[in-house]
Parts: sequence; structure tokens; C-alpha cells
Amino acid sequence: MAFRVTAATAPAAGPFGFVQQGNSLLLSGALRIDTVEDLLRDWDDPSSRGIATLDLAQVSQLDTAGAWFVVDQEQHASRHGRVLTITGATPAQAQLIETVRHNMPPHDMALTRHLSLLDRLEAFGRKTMRGARMTVELLSFLGQVMITLGGIVVHPRRLRLTSLVHHCQEIGLNAVPIVALMAFLIGVVLAFQGAAQLRQFGAEVFVVDLIAISVLRELGILLTAIIVAGRSGSAFTAAIGSMKMREEIDAMRTLGLDPVTILVVPRVLALMLMLPALGFIADISGLLGGALMSWIELGVSPAVFQSRLVGNTDVWHFGVGMIKAPFFALIIGIIGCYQGMMVGGNAESLGRLTSASVVLSIFMVIVMDAMFSIFFSVVGV
Amino acid sequence: MMEQSDDIIIKVRDLVTRFGTHTVHDGLDLDVRRGEIIGVVGGSGTGKSVLLRAIVGLLKPDAGRIEVFGKSVRDTSEQEYRQLRRRWGVMFQDGALFSSLSVRQNVEAPMREQLQLDAPLRETLAGIKVRMVGLPEDAMAKYPSELSGGMRKRAGFARAIALDPEIVFLDEPTAGLDPIGAADFDILIKQLQAALGLTVFFVTHDLDSLHAICDRVAVLADRKVLAVGTMQDMLQVDHPWVHEYFHGPRARAAGVAARQTGES
Repeated sequence: MAFRVTAATAPAAGPFGFVQQGNSLLLSGALRIDTVEDLLRDWDDPSSRGIATLDLAQVSQLDTAGAWFVVDQEQHASRHGRVLTITGATPAQAQLIETVRHNMPPHDMALTRHLSLLDRLEAFGRKTMRGARMTVELLSFLGQVMITLGGIVVHPRRLRLTSLVHHCQEIGLNAVPIVALMAFLIGVVLAFQGAAQLRQFGAEVFVVDLIAISVLRELGILLTAIIVAGRSGSAFTAAIGSMKMREEIDAMRTLGLDPVTILVVPRVLALMLMLPALGFIADISGLLGGALMSWIELGVSPAVFQSRLVGNTDVWHFGVGMIKAPFFALIIGIIGCYQGMMVGGNAESLGRLTSASVVLSIFMVIVMDAMFSIFFSVVGV
Repeated sequence: MMEQSDDIIIKVRDLVTRFGTHTVHDGLDLDVRRGEIIGVVGGSGTGKSVLLRAIVGLLKPDAGRIEVFGKSVRDTSEQEYRQLRRRWGVMFQDGALFSSLSVRQNVEAPMREQLQLDAPLRETLAGIKVRMVGLPEDAMAKYPSELSGGMRKRAGFARAIALDPEIVFLDEPTAGLDPIGAADFDILIKQLQAALGLTVFFVTHDLDSLHAICDRVAVLADRKVLAVGTMQDMLQVDHPWVHEYFHGPRARAAGVAARQTGES
């Protein structure tokens, strides 16, 4: 009995086939990574059909995949208590087959397990523990920065002034255009939306209160903080993280330089100085946008807007907004620097932690804002 | 030693590479024969890695011709270049593994891109390659950041030979390894070269490696290949740098070591 199979696909690979002669199977052609799969498709276990020899004399090319195929046949046979010998290999082929035989996968290799309920529960537990541990670490990092800050108050010469000024420019001055534009547009939107509602009651003039209170108390500072978190918080993580990756932080420590003093404090301090300033700019810009839109849309003249603003709006609305600013700054700065310090050896963790830094700091800023709202309503401001 | 032929597998003629006003290669010629291990040495900044990058087509030379398997690397269609690329593997310094993939997935990556294999078959073949370079079973699922420098190099080598290429380009494979690890890596290169019938193009600083495994050595100096030949030939070369390199204290130490292992 003789049969022959020729692969129709991959003509570049050259033809291969197998012919049965007595109790040996004659392989021919190229036995390579790109032909092995086609071979497997037409293959049935030779040893079960009483074949005792695989003859490779006609095989023109043999690579690792081909050698694996041959060895796999041999081992399959021996697992079923049968013997399949390989003959006719050139010395080079025999050497390759020998190398592959030494590196065959173990048989009892565990198959991919499906996730059981217990596994999911365990993963959930690990995640919870990781979150808890991160909270503790974040708090201890905050404490460390606070102590270093306290040390700088006692010994002001430790403060890196050049670095502080540089970061003030990066965080503060360079962010003025985007913050001002954002707040201006928010003022415009508030005036526009407020006007549509208030006109129904003939209470157009109250749009001044609406704009003043929402911009000064909440929106000005909150949206500024969100922009700064996206702009500077991510930059902190990326900058410190890439230094961590290149072992610069370790180099600093061995030189007796404290990375918290040199890297973290100037950034956090600059943020705490600049965020109130940016918040103030956002307040002014938001009021300007609101005033302009009220004038155009409702005919509230700038003079009326101004007298209403000064006469009717408690200065505490402005105060509440400004009080929140340094706290938001601290959250953004601490989270940004902490995540940077957490970067490991690979580039992937840098990307992951940079995005985590932005998400977490924006989330924490909003949580903090909610807590401030409760606090101020309790104390009655 | 592998059976060598005069079959020239890489042919570089009149290669000129410049970076701005700085000329790295000026009229460089080099032939690599099928089945040999050729070591490329030279001082820092003599353009060893640049030559490697030019041959594999990562870098466009300013003038000259580079032929691999008799086909020009530059003046080919995208289709032809892709087929050429399948016939060689490159291992960069420190492995250049994809950091988001595990070791096994790194080795599978070229198979995934170039061939349509079933996932289980691909995994089996990648597993054989990982074991062939001497990595332990538990390294397969690890990510590059969890490996030591030596293991990363081995994994990089496994990825370079994933498709059973005819030529392997190695960029300083033993740099940064301890002497024992470097010697092991030399043996590994030699073994796999014999088993897979590879031609190895090998950029190095390591005199021990040159002694241990290279059939021929090419010395890069003065912007061209100054000398090509066996280690014995190199000792006769009269150029000051080459003389210093092969007769310096480190060379003597390495030479003695190689002679002793040769005798035993």
C-alpha cells in the first residue's frame, strides 16, 4: 500500500510528502516551520498502523519545527509502548534532532486552568489588600514630605530655590493661558444657561449672583485643579518615573542626596504656591466671561454687574475657593510624585502609573471638594 | 567546526555612512561566508553597531552596496525585503525584548507575524527555543523586567532564532555578563550555530569570545575593515591599534586561557 500527500499551499516551501514502504514511512521534501502544520493536517499516527521506522533520507530541509515533529512522533509512539526509530538523517540533521530532543516540553505540562470562583475571590482580595497598602504608603509618603517641609522651615537654606522657581514657571506661568481661557468659557456658558432660565422669572439680574457664587466658590478652583492635575501631575510622574527607571534616584541616595528634598519638595511647594494664583486668575477670567455674556445676552451693563457683584456677593465665597486651593495642590503634588517613585524597571509601568496618577489625583480632588462642601456648610460659611 | 564554503552570504562593498559631518565608514568592504562565525571588533565609535544596522537595513548608508543572499538590502521591494528579513535574526544589546510580553510571547512574536500557526503548535515551538538557549522552565511566563541581564540576553537570542534563520546578527552578546556567564553564552552560540547551521555575525569587545568561537575576525579601524582573518592572522597585522588590541595584557591573558583549554 502506498499513498502520497502533497501540500497545495505555500509553493515557496517546496513539496513534501510521505510514502509508506513496508513497515517504514519515507518522508521527503522540506520539513520546516511553514510546512509542518500542513503535514499535521494530513497526518495519522504511524505507529498505530504498525510503522516502526521514520526514514528521513529524502528530507531536503529540516529545521527546529521539523525536528520537533519527528521527535514528537517518536515520543508519542513510546508513550503507547511502541517503538518508532528515526533513520536516514544527515549528521547535521541528527544533531539538530538531538538538540531538540533535549529541549522537548515536559508531558505533564499543566493545561491552562479556568478561573474558578475561588480564584476570582482571591484576585479580589489581593486587589483590596493592594489598595489598602497603597493608601498606607501614600500617607507615609505624605508624612515624609511634611517632615522634610518642616525641616526646610527650620533650615531654609536646604530649599532648592532654583528648582522651585523653575517649577513655578512650569506649573504656574505656562499654565496661565489655558486656565484663563477655560475659566472665561465657563463664565460664558454659565451666563448663557443662567439667562435662559432666569428670564422666565424676569430675574435676569440674579445671573450675577449665579456666576459669582459658582465660579468663585466651586468651578474656578475645581476646574483649575483638574487641568493642573492633567498637566503637571502627569509630568511629575513621568519625570520622576523616568529618573527612577534610569536609577538616577538610587544614584542620588548613594551620593547622600535626599530625593524628597531635591525632587518632591520643590514640585509640591511650587504647586501649592501656584495653584491659588492660577485659581485667582481663573476666578477673574470667569467673572469677565460671565460679565461679557450678561451684557450681550441680558443687557446687564458692566456697571450694574460690578455693583451687584460687590454689594451682594459675600467675600467668603471667594475665600472658600482660595482656602481649598493649597489642599488640592498638595493632593496633586503628593500623588504625582508618589506614583513616579513607584515606577519599576520597565517602560510599561511608567505609562500605567502616569495615567493612574492623573485619574487618582482628579478623583481625590473631587472627594476633597465634597468634604469641604460638607465642612463649610456645617460651619455655616 | 562547521563545514565552510566560499559561498559569500553577506557582501558589503564601498560602504559610506555619515552622521552629519562625521564619517563613520568610508569605502568599507566585507565578505561573510556561509556557515562561519565572524567576529567584528574595533574601538568605541568605529561603527561596529552601525555596520550591523546598515546590513539589516535599519539604517540607510550614504553610498555603497550591501547584498545579503545575493540580494541588495536597500534596492528591493517591500515584499522582497520582508522575505529577506525572515532569513535572518537580530539580537540587540541587552536583548531589546518587548517589555509588555512574557519571554515565551516574545519568542512567539516573530512566528505570529510571519506565519499562520495554531496557538498550541506555536507555543510548543517557542518553548523549545526558550529551552534551547538554556532558560529554565519558569522563565517562560516571566516578563523581561523580572529577568537578570544574562537571562534577558538569552531570551533575546531565543527570539532571534525563533524562525530558524540562516544568519544571526549579535550585537555585543556577552557585554555586561560575568566571565562564567559570558563563557556559557559563547558555548551556547557555538552549539546552536552547529545544530541549526547558522552563520553568525558577531559584534564584540570580548577577546575571550573571539578566541573561543570565532572562525574569522574583522577589525574595524580608520573607517574601514582593516584586516580580516583568523586570530593567528591578526597577530601578524602591523597596525598600531590592531597590534595593541591583540598584544595587550588582556589579549595575552585571553590567549593563554584559550591555549590551555585547547590543550586539555
